[in-house]
Amino acid sequence: MENWSLVSICVLFGLTARWAVSLNSYSGAGKPPMFGDYEAQRHWQEVTYNLPVHEWYFNTTDNNLNYWGLDYPPLTAYHSLLCAHVAKLINPDWVELHASRGHESYGHKLFMRATVLVADLLIYIPAVVLYSFYLSEGSNKKKVCTVLCILLYPGLILIDYGHFQYNSISLGLALWGVVVLGLGWDVLGSLAFVLSLNYKQMELYHSLPFFCYLLGKCFKQGLAGRGLFLLVKIAVTVLVTFALCWLPFLSDPGQILQVVHRLFPVGRGLFEDKVANTWCSLNVLIKIKTILSTDTQLYISLTTTLLAILPSSIKLLMKPTLWQFKLALVNSSLAFFLFSFQVHEKSILLPALPVCLLLNDLPLPAIWFLQASTFSMLPLFLKDGLLVPYVVTSLAFLFFSIYLLSALEHCSEDKLRLGPYRQLYRIGWALFYFSITAMAGLSFMSVALAPPAQLPDLFPLLVSVFSYLHFLGLLLYFNIVQIAEPPQSVRKNQKKSN
Amino acid sequence: TQCLFTLVIAPDTETLKLTEQQILFYHSTDFEVHRNWLAITHSLPVSKWYHENTSEWTLDYPPLFAWFEYSLSHVAQHFDKEMLVVQNLLYTSPATILFQRLSVIVTDIVFIYAVKECCRSVREEKGSKDLLGHPFFILAALLLWNFGLLIVDHIHFQYNGFLFGILLLSVARHLQGRHLEGALLFTVLLNLKHIYLYIAPAYGIFLLRSYCFTEDNTDGSVRWSSFSPVRLVALGSIVISVGALSFGPFIAMGQLPQVLSRLFPFKRGLCHAYWAPNVWALYNMVDKALSVLGVRLKLLDVAKLPKASMTGGLVQEFQHSILPSVSPSITLICTLLSIMPAVLSIWCRPRGARGFLRCLVVCALGSFMFGWHVHEKAILMAILPFSILAVESREDAGIFLMLTTTGHYSLFPLLFTAAELPIKVLLMLLFTLYSFTSLKKLFRGSLLNPLETTYLLGLVAVEILCEVVYPLSPWQHTMPFVPLLVTSVYCSLGVCYSFIRLYVSLLRQHGTDKHKQL
Repeated sequence: MENWSLVSICVLFGLTARWAVSLNSYSGAGKPPMFGDYEAQRHWQEVTYNLPVHEWYFNTTDNNLNYWGLDYPPLTAYHSLLCAHVAKLINPDWVELHASRGHESYGHKLFMRATVLVADLLIYIPAVVLYSFYLSEGSNKKKVCTVLCILLYPGLILIDYGHFQYNSISLGLALWGVVVLGLGWDVLGSLAFVLSLNYKQMELYHSLPFFCYLLGKCFKQGLAGRGLFLLVKIAVTVLVTFALCWLPFLSDPGQILQVVHRLFPVGRGLFEDKVANTWCSLNVLIKIKTILSTDTQLYISLTTTLLAILPSSIKLLMKPTLWQFKLALVNSSLAFFLFSFQVHEKSILLPALPVCLLLNDLPLPAIWFLQASTFSMLPLFLKDGLLVPYVVTSLAFLFFSIYLLSALEHCSEDKLRLGPYRQLYRIGWALFYFSITAMAGLSFMSVALAPPAQLPDLFPLLVSVFSYLHFLGLLLYFNIVQIAEPPQSVRKNQKKSN
Repeated sequence: TQCLFTLVIAPDTETLKLTEQQILFYHSTDFEVHRNWLAITHSLPVSKWYHENTSEWTLDYPPLFAWFEYSLSHVAQHFDKEMLVVQNLLYTSPATILFQRLSVIVTDIVFIYAVKECCRSVREEKGSKDLLGHPFFILAALLLWNFGLLIVDHIHFQYNGFLFGILLLSVARHLQGRHLEGALLFTVLLNLKHIYLYIAPAYGIFLLRSYCFTEDNTDGSVRWSSFSPVRLVALGSIVISVGALSFGPFIAMGQLPQVLSRLFPFKRGLCHAYWAPNVWALYNMVDKALSVLGVRLKLLDVAKLPKASMTGGLVQEFQHSILPSVSPSITLICTLLSIMPAVLSIWCRPRGARGFLRCLVVCALGSFMFGWHVHEKAILMAILPFSILAVESREDAGIFLMLTTTGHYSLFPLLFTAAELPIKVLLMLLFTLYSFTSLKKLFRGSLLNPLETTYLLGLVAVEILCEVVYPLSPWQHTMPFVPLLVTSVYCSLGVCYSFIRLYVSLLRQHGTDKHKQL
């Protein structure tokens, strides 16, 4: 069958899965007074539509920042404004200032879900298709399978279409950046990434690899010539894009400061809730949150994060190829997730995106990571009433990815690129099955059993610690792959370099 | 082959489960129908099953289906006991819905098994093809991911997967030459849902002609001497024993008339509230058009026309004002006339199991075209068996694409909420895209002529008109039935066309066979 029809079928299938999930409940459904992320997005539409720009990020009588104040960069605000205009055409009640607070209705839910679908269809899905066809290796069949598996990644579907967020926009723009950079258009790539950064500040997790890759390219082309010219072009693009995005706020330095203050709330502490990173897991043994002061916590977190990302960034700087770039994206964002300050469990989507790009090259570790990332968000899904979608999408993803990418049959030492660690691959897939079974078991227990009275958070804690161990192990693995880079795959990498 | 099937079966299960996600909170009247039947069979003694009418959804399937619901109810009581109380009309709870949905998924195993058996019997061309190009893979995908079945069974809720599974299994057995098993399965099916009586002539004549007469003459006509009474008795005993198992208790209690009256309620009207895209839809349309024309041209007096036909929309009892009214017996005669040539052809020139299958499809489609109170879901009875023929012959594939696309589109009004619109559009696009591209690749070239392609593209226009443009227009409130009418009439054109083409191909084959003998 021709490519376009196969790809269309995969995209349609992905869209069906997405809409099917979106018919379920959303975050904060029916839970006054604060509701959840869904209400936050609706509130931002209300605020951006009714209030002038200079009031969006400030605490005023009309804009109470304690009730879901805007804490994403300006592009989110512009997107909310656009949605609000559409909402106003359909039903003005949805964005009525103050009166629409906590508005929940069948029609409104369909509208909000539709906005997510439209954004996904316009930004994320085309990027996935382009990546699979232009930047991944293998036969056409394999490329189509890659499209299907990436589109079926449960974590993104459940968060965007279940919990309710617009990650597909920021991740999609970042993916566009990767694709465009992979095709060799550095300036456009940096433009795409800056846009992504201006949509969600969490994309800073990806910023270091982009920076090192582009800088490395400039070095390679020689700093006294084309390299310098490229550097200047990129720098100018970045600055101009930033300026354009922040244009309404540039008139007043107080505006800029306030926005930055909203974007980076440093007063909030090392972590909130249960999240599968080092600090939360460490907290089980040593109560670091209470022992150390906030400043010390900040410094420790900063230092460990920098140490964790250093090897990967330096390697990328020295060798700016696409393969290194993809791995560096994984390593950097995963390191940030594990060691950074005030990380939310949804931030696992940031490393998950580059891991999706590795599905073709390193199927087994990629599938393992993606499933673990979905599993790590289980407590959130349970809170949102998304158990059935979680089970179904996870099973579908596991089935399709394992079968189509033949991860386990072709799990040869060459594919794992472990080089000297050849014996490990045999143990690898046995461990994988064991891990999946354990995840299934823990999921079942979280739902079916009630935790003991003295440990009410037992299951979320078990889930996050279990996921943390996976993430830590996979961080080490991906770092080894990036840094070691066994000799037989050097030629393959040279083919990938642009 | 086994591992290839896991590839196909498992996606189907996943697709089923995907649809399950969104239906945990949505249910149609068929939900209440089956809940009521669970309650009746569980709580009441057998003698009361066909007399019970607390709810309007009385038991109107044959007794074997009632026994099936009875066995389901034993599992149901572990989910939610309240659903089994007859008085709990319109009772619903998450556990109830979960149980009902799960029961459909589980019984679909029969369907999956049947598809596997059908795929085994499909003829294959020699030559290595990749997996996606194999006819049996295409057939499996066309059957397992059949849009109509997905929509009707899993969203709208019925047990069609289970029933069609038995039908397809019976067909597969005949294709494999295991006729007794096929006959047994069909009898069971008949006692589960009596709508399959429509295709009973195909079975009856085929088995009589090809199974009871063990040999043919050299020119293909009947060799009366080769009649085998043993085989006839075997078939007869199968039919009687299954019938006894199913109807036996009721005959013993003298309730047979009551059961039959429940099974065949003829009061319901020529057409469903939404006209199935058959001949009578066109008939109604012509009648309505003529009456409107007559009033405009002052040939008719408005006061003399029946009120309902002028102002109302699609009502159950549609009274024809100009053309003669149609009664149940007329529809029966028309149906019989329409299937007569096909049935005669397999008597005179039997072409083995494939000829039987073609006749079955013609019977199913004929009864859909001319039947009394036909539901648009009945188009699946023609589409699903036809899939087997479609992957084997080029001409059949063309007719299949026409029939399937039109037939599936006619199911759209079943799902009318805004939330389901993307789902039905996406699934329809998925299935249509897949069927077109896979069959085109299999038979190497375009299968439809430009007129047919234009007609099918017109479906897109109809959809946009009915679901997007019309609701925003001022006529939505005064004449809300217009989208349904337009859909029904437009689709009936396509279905009628497919029927005619199918008949032409059957008679043409009959003609060539006769030619060969001469």
